[in-house]
Amino acid sequence: MDMAWSALGLSLKVAGWATALNLVLGVGVGLLLARVRFPGRDLLDTLLTLPMVMPPTVLGYYLLVVLGRRGWLGSWLQESFGINLIFTWQGAVIAATIVAFPLVFKPARAAFEAVDGQLEQAARVLGVAEIGVFFRVTLPLAWRGILAGVLLAFARALGEFGATLMIAGSIPGKTQTLSVAVYEAVQAGQDEVANTLVLITSAVCIAVLMTAGRLAPGRIANR
Amino acid sequence: MELEIDIRKTLRSGKRSFHLDVRLRSSGQRIVIYGPSGSGKSLTLKAVAGLMRPDSGRIRLGGTTLFDSRAGIDLAPQARKVAYLFQDYALFPHLTVRQNIGFGLTGGWLNPRENLCHEAVDYWLGAFHLEHLAHQFPAELSGGQRQRTALARALVAHPRALLLDEPFAALDPALRVRMRAELDELQRRLEVPMVLITHDEDDVAAFGEHVHCLRDGQIADPGMDCSEALLHDAAD
Repeated sequence: MDMAWSALGLSLKVAGWATALNLVLGVGVGLLLARVRFPGRDLLDTLLTLPMVMPPTVLGYYLLVVLGRRGWLGSWLQESFGINLIFTWQGAVIAATIVAFPLVFKPARAAFEAVDGQLEQAARVLGVAEIGVFFRVTLPLAWRGILAGVLLAFARALGEFGATLMIAGSIPGKTQTLSVAVYEAVQAGQDEVANTLVLITSAVCIAVLMTAGRLAPGRIANR
Repeated sequence: MELEIDIRKTLRSGKRSFHLDVRLRSSGQRIVIYGPSGSGKSLTLKAVAGLMRPDSGRIRLGGTTLFDSRAGIDLAPQARKVAYLFQDYALFPHLTVRQNIGFGLTGGWLNPRENLCHEAVDYWLGAFHLEHLAHQFPAELSGGQRQRTALARALVAHPRALLLDEPFAALDPALRVRMRAELDELQRRLEVPMVLITHDEDDVAAFGEHVHCLRDGQIADPGMDCSEALLHDAAD
């Protein structure tokens, strides 16, 4: 039972970090793609959407190649800072972040594109600086769409299995998240543990989806 | 107020292109630019507000150079201190009437609070009979109330000039007559110089101290009668 709660705690920690990172990265990239025209914009959008359709194991393999001891980034991190991400919960955060990233930046881009540019112009003429225009007009109007995406990303990060297993492994109490623990429990024939884990996971996912549904654009009058 | 516009801008969309070449000089409290839709009057007004950057030329307003391509001057819209009334008012849908009016009075990253207390905001709420609507959102207002809110928001910061983009086009005819009279009275009282663009002859009759006719991106000869310059559009 202790193992179930520690797996839940770890899953929430990993998903929480992944969601926080995605909030910043996804909003930034979404704004960039919505507002700045540059060559290769569509290609970048496609590449960033890939994690949504690629098998997580393939993604995990890519991550191993890049972040592993002999990977170009992994060896550099090891030599320069003594950081190793393989078989750590931070590695699981990176896997969950990348897998859930398209769920944030796609709706963020759409939400920014839907903001009426005239409202931003009105704010500028009223003397409000660009940073104020973003935080006082653009972001509040796009917020609902962004938040719905962020909650979906949280749910997706919570359920991440394939890429996490490949990069972080399954060390109980250290890198064994809920979804990995379910797999291990079934493999070991511990049906009771598996039942508990599955019920916990389902309850959390349902709660997240219900919240996301409430926040979806159009449900509440646009205020 | 002296207004001097001498700008060129080419817009391309697919194979079509539109050339704006506006030269006008006017002094007066009420300047009207009259022209059919698609003649470039919105672009011209946006250029004055700094919302559209001309390819070349210069714009001077009341002795201040707002734009001069040769001298490399292009004041940001924030620095031009003009008020702009958008055709559909562009009220912030997530803010109340009070917050909308006070929007330009607060700098920084945060919107004015809902119970914002400010003398100027209270004054304009009163002047436009909006007190009882102060906590409503724009979506809950009628057309006339929206226009008054937008006017209050535009005037609250004492702008150098009031730029109006087809201010009555979004109103029904009866209300149009009333709001026209209200604006007329307001302008006389405040003595704020205004530049109004319109395709409605009634606006010209009400505000046309200095009328300039715009057609296909160019200002018609000053000597030419406006209705003559726009005669072709009657056939549309």
